[in-house]
Amino acid sequence: MTHSVWQQATFRPPYVLGVVWDKSHTHGGTRQPGLARADRLRCRPSGILWPMPPVVRVERLVKTFQIAERRPGFGGALAGLFRRRYRAVRAVDGISFDIDPGELVGYIGPNGAGKSTTVKVLSGILVPDSGICRVLGRVPWEERIATVAQLGVVFGQRTQLWWDLPVLESFDLLRDIYRVPRTAYESARDELIALLELAPLLDVPVRQLSLGQRMRCDLAASLLHAPRLLFLDEPTIGLDAVSKLAVRDFVRRLNRERGVTVILTTHDLDDIEALCNRVLVIGQGRILCDGSLAELRGRVTTQRCLTVDLEDAGAVVDCPGAVVVGRDGHRVHLRFDPVQVPAPEMISRFVSRHAVRDLFVENPPIEEIVARLFAQESARKP
Amino acid sequence: MKPYLAVVAARFRVHVQYRAAALAGAGTQLFWGLIRVMIFEAFYRSSTAVQPISMAQVASYVWLSQATFAMLPDHVEAEIRDTIRDGNVASELLRPVDIYWVWYCRCLSFTLIPTLMRCFPILLLAGLFFGLKPPPSAAAAAAAGAALLGAMLLSSAITALVSIGLLWTISGEGIARLSFAAAYLFSGMMLPLPLFPDWLRAIAVALPYHGVIDVPFRLYLGHIPPSAAPAALAAQAGWIVALVLAGRLLLKRGLTRLVVQGG
Repeated sequence: MTHSVWQQATFRPPYVLGVVWDKSHTHGGTRQPGLARADRLRCRPSGILWPMPPVVRVERLVKTFQIAERRPGFGGALAGLFRRRYRAVRAVDGISFDIDPGELVGYIGPNGAGKSTTVKVLSGILVPDSGICRVLGRVPWEERIATVAQLGVVFGQRTQLWWDLPVLESFDLLRDIYRVPRTAYESARDELIALLELAPLLDVPVRQLSLGQRMRCDLAASLLHAPRLLFLDEPTIGLDAVSKLAVRDFVRRLNRERGVTVILTTHDLDDIEALCNRVLVIGQGRILCDGSLAELRGRVTTQRCLTVDLEDAGAVVDCPGAVVVGRDGHRVHLRFDPVQVPAPEMISRFVSRHAVRDLFVENPPIEEIVARLFAQESARKP
Repeated sequence: MKPYLAVVAARFRVHVQYRAAALAGAGTQLFWGLIRVMIFEAFYRSSTAVQPISMAQVASYVWLSQATFAMLPDHVEAEIRDTIRDGNVASELLRPVDIYWVWYCRCLSFTLIPTLMRCFPILLLAGLFFGLKPPPSAAAAAAAGAALLGAMLLSSAITALVSIGLLWTISGEGIARLSFAAAYLFSGMMLPLPLFPDWLRAIAVALPYHGVIDVPFRLYLGHIPPSAAPAALAAQAGWIVALVLAGRLLLKRGLTRLVVQGG
């Protein structure tokens, strides 16, 4: 296929042209979430100021679930037969965010934080209690069929394919379900087969695929109808390292080369680190942080990790401005604040005091940052 | 229409892989058919009273119902049950299709495909050796054909409604058993409806199951005369519409209160 389906005029509405390809506002980690939308538009060096509606707009969204309470013991179970007590749980508690075309947003938070609930509201499965929600300009639960026709969704934990059918037949079935015109379907399919290296899998029934193979097929299946917005729900869960890298690489290309907007929910923070320019952190139904990874780090801690391999395993480490947080034979882990002591100075200070075999400076792992963010947040609340 | 036909076509491709199941099904139904015919023989020989339906007619009725046994709405659709049980309803809703019609089409393929795969060997053997007679007139044959088509749609509407009911229970075991008992008894599969006592027959005729086995096969036998066919077909069509509407309503309410498992 010389002419890619992704470049067809039908794929993107004209108002997105010229802006989707301009990623400078998101790639540099200099995103400014505090700015109003118009200012953000102006920040973009492409200079094109066409009105560009966000792909997703969420404002003060609230969703409550009624959970039946079980009273303890046999008596409680018996009483529950006649009268049930319900407890309202706010899964999503007034969240707001916009997602622009071409963004690759990580949506993270602990289990039960409201991630899936948000995604289900966005895809029209759940009706919220209150708040505004637009996906591709539509209210998803009012126009579910029209909305999901333009969405791609991949669940890492379950497959969208037909268990008993060979992969290729599953794809054909999806073409009929999404009513994709034959030529568009064939070029999209062939391109995805080439990109994801699916050719040897096409005749295999889905139930016989390995998890990594299945995930690649699921990714292809979710993109046959050239959706403008892709939800990935833990796409790398349970995959081995090679498959994880393949999935990440594919998602990155999809976003950068084709301008598909991606929302990625995951527990694997390496995914976020590798892919996302913007991170939404949700906890207890509220957005705790919305910004670049660098900003998220900055909000919680500016500290850097300094890891050093010493010549002498027994040496006493003493270096003003750095705190030893761990030690493992030759290897010493330290923390320092680059605002007080810039990293180059800290390195030279350390090297001048100790005989060093090797040394490197890192950001604290994102797991730690998120954990701290949650700790801060729950400390703030009574 | 296309997405819905594609669902049926996909089911068809899956089912034709299960040739052994089809053969076993046909064999079992042939065996049961023989037993049932022998029981009716014994019953008719032991009585001198005039029965509301003749032995020859009963034999044909039995063989026709054995051949279309898979059409009986006696089950919940397995895929829908699994979908509901493990919370996959969410994935279903992510597709740009009307979920009721997708489920209906699944029920239809679950009824239609096994019936098509099993009925011909039974009809052939029963016609050659075991007393299945052709319909008495072309009119009876045409009416039976139309009613059979209606029976297929009706059976699928019942299965769809019962399966949607699973949105309110977790296992569905109870619903499946009740559904089986009701379908088996009131369709005429267990005992042709003309042999029912009057009060029970009145109940059976008032239920939709009546349209699945009893109506098409009594039209075939001419036991319901072709002149009464339009009324019988209209009643069947009325049930189809009513059950489809009920199914859609139930599904809508079920989905509104649905909380898909998993956070």
